[in-house]
Amino acid sequence: MTEKKKINLNRVPIPKQEPLIRRRNFNEVALGYTEEQAMEEASRCIQCKKTGCKVGCPVDVDIPEFIKAIQDGDMPEAVRILKSKNSLPGICGRVCPQETQCEMTCNLAKKGAPIAIGRLERYVADWEKAHPEVIERQKERVRFNGKRIAVVGSGPAGLTCAADLAKLGYEVTILEALHVAGGVLMYGIPEFRLPKDIVQGEVDYVKSLGVEIRFDHVIGKIATVDEILEDGYNAVFLAPGAGAPMFLNIPGENFSNIYSANEFLTRTNLMKAYLFPEYDTPIKVGRKVAVFGGGNVAMDSSRCALRLGAEEVYIIYRRSRVEMPARAEERENAEEEGIIFQLLTNPKRFIGDEQGRVKAVECYEMELGEPDESGRRRPIPKPGTEFIIDIDTAIVALGTRPNPIIPSTTKGLELTRWGTIKTDEATGRTSKEKVWCGGDMATGAATVISAMGAGKRAAADIDAYLQGKS
Amino acid sequence: MYRILAREDLTPNIHLFKVEAPLVAKKARPGQFVVVRSDEKGERIPLTIADWDKEEENVTIVFMEVGTTTRKLALLNAGDSIPDFVGPLGRPTEIEKFGTVVCVAGGFAIATIVPIARAMKEAGNKVVSIMGFRTKDLVFWEERLGSVSDELIVTTDDGSYKRKGLVTEPLKELLQETKVDRVIAIGPTVMMKFCSLTTKPFGIKTMVSLNPIMVDGTGMCGCCRVSVGGETKFACVDGPDFDGHEVDWDLLMNRLRAYLDEEQESLKLWEERNKALIS
Repeated sequence: MTEKKKINLNRVPIPKQEPLIRRRNFNEVALGYTEEQAMEEASRCIQCKKTGCKVGCPVDVDIPEFIKAIQDGDMPEAVRILKSKNSLPGICGRVCPQETQCEMTCNLAKKGAPIAIGRLERYVADWEKAHPEVIERQKERVRFNGKRIAVVGSGPAGLTCAADLAKLGYEVTILEALHVAGGVLMYGIPEFRLPKDIVQGEVDYVKSLGVEIRFDHVIGKIATVDEILEDGYNAVFLAPGAGAPMFLNIPGENFSNIYSANEFLTRTNLMKAYLFPEYDTPIKVGRKVAVFGGGNVAMDSSRCALRLGAEEVYIIYRRSRVEMPARAEERENAEEEGIIFQLLTNPKRFIGDEQGRVKAVECYEMELGEPDESGRRRPIPKPGTEFIIDIDTAIVALGTRPNPIIPSTTKGLELTRWGTIKTDEATGRTSKEKVWCGGDMATGAATVISAMGAGKRAAADIDAYLQGKS
Repeated sequence: MYRILAREDLTPNIHLFKVEAPLVAKKARPGQFVVVRSDEKGERIPLTIADWDKEEENVTIVFMEVGTTTRKLALLNAGDSIPDFVGPLGRPTEIEKFGTVVCVAGGFAIATIVPIARAMKEAGNKVVSIMGFRTKDLVFWEERLGSVSDELIVTTDDGSYKRKGLVTEPLKELLQETKVDRVIAIGPTVMMKFCSLTTKPFGIKTMVSLNPIMVDGTGMCGCCRVSVGGETKFACVDGPDFDGHEVDWDLLMNRLRAYLDEEQESLKLWEERNKALIS
């Protein structure tokens, strides 16, 4: 009888910057596994036959296989396995909500802590970055199959779709409205969660596959989708995201120093306003900041405000902690850094000074009623509970909706009642011939990995369609 | 990169660049703008399209030196390149046969109004243009605007050239004397505000081109939001043209002042670092 190896039910913790230090810098919070830590965590994987983990991954990464390669100490092989399915592992390892995906369905999760798949994925991606000779091997281009594809937007959906199609031999051109590639990975998610050199490293990988990126191309303005098709592209994949911000629609919302989270994060992350005046774009953060919302974007905004020098930062959220859509890990990070959670609170109006700058917000308390159609308990205002919080900056992080520029300039594109482009979920096909769509423009604001999954499915379907297989 | 094909100094601190941008030139319409970034550490600023040439594949911008970015741009010459030149953005100006159209422009916005006046004329309107400057030395494009107008009135605040006074005075006289069907006013915010106040009692529709602070210029941030007829609008996608009688001018002016301290700090630092270049 062979001796049964005892499985360690606890995962190896990831080293992090101390809260008191990191709350004033933009360096990455989670420092990543060392080689020893990665080997130890990988050794917990039991290589089960019934792989739960794979079921939870939207881009079908061969998880036990890449972990096996780590166990064997064959890092180039781990890189190869990961990259054959996921072109952006350094990003996914950092920002995927693994707790609701691969790690949720890991068989170990039934008894203890699931394998830290995201951290291992990140470890492999970072190892590859430190060993550029591995990339060299992958530079062999696939032969051009004579067909050209235009991808609109260089966020996670666009990059994934472009990479997959390039690997199949298509000539792919990405048309990007901003001056850098990466979409929300560059303008939205802050440096301390996702370093920008990691993103640009992955963008460079996609370019190394032969993908061309054209910047400053606002599709709908500089050219329409129909003009792209007339230009000889065989297919168009629309992945412009859901970039238009929603506001609270309460009195005083246009006072100075009230930002949408999109503006606040774009100034901070994309334009590097945290390095002002070294960089030219300014940002205004006073002593007291209120952030409205309970999602990841609210967490990111509050933590950026703190790092920009605010003394007190409030998250104002109308439900309670359990209904918060933000990832548990990011909520904990925010709490450790000293963000103040003002729960069951809703704003009524902003109050300004004589120069039109915000100086306070009047709020009222909420209580939770019966669950609504989203399954979350509905917040109900409690009359007569109004109170005032003095603030000098406000950031509205209520979510985003699709930007109308493309839908309003493209004929024959059917929309949903939420303004998203009607898209077949399995294939990404739209109502318009030769046009596919994926990511937030199809689903409304969602996750990086779901956008990547959509990019992958669309690439497969575009290929099948152009090969005449479907 | 977008190559500067030609540079012209219209006044000591107002400059014209002809920029190579074939795709923008192909789509540009009167009233639209571009977002420009001067260098890797630069910010994104909106500049109105002053002219364009589809065949020659270039777009003309005119800007005044007011802060770090425009000072940086002013150091560039023909042959140099601008890293980012995004456009054409915004909705084009509404051009129709209205009858008599009065085009009012102040300062460097003369450049913006020329293609609008030209399009209005081509659409069959009688075009009366009023151009206002602080003083004689700042006057430019008098002939150019005159060539697309049936009548041209030039004012200077100090009376050093042509008519003394503000643009609102001849505007008011025109409204009293003739039948005007539409007014277009473009220039400093305060000038557009007072043009709107001048035309309001006459009930003549007055379109203004708003100039709030912008970041992306594509509708993704709301930095450029303005209040028009009580509703919040994004100037970059819903405008920049709006009905001047509906605009909340005080709100716009407050929001334009939001970064005054930072703008000065940035310019001071830039001037210190570039003493040699600018002396």
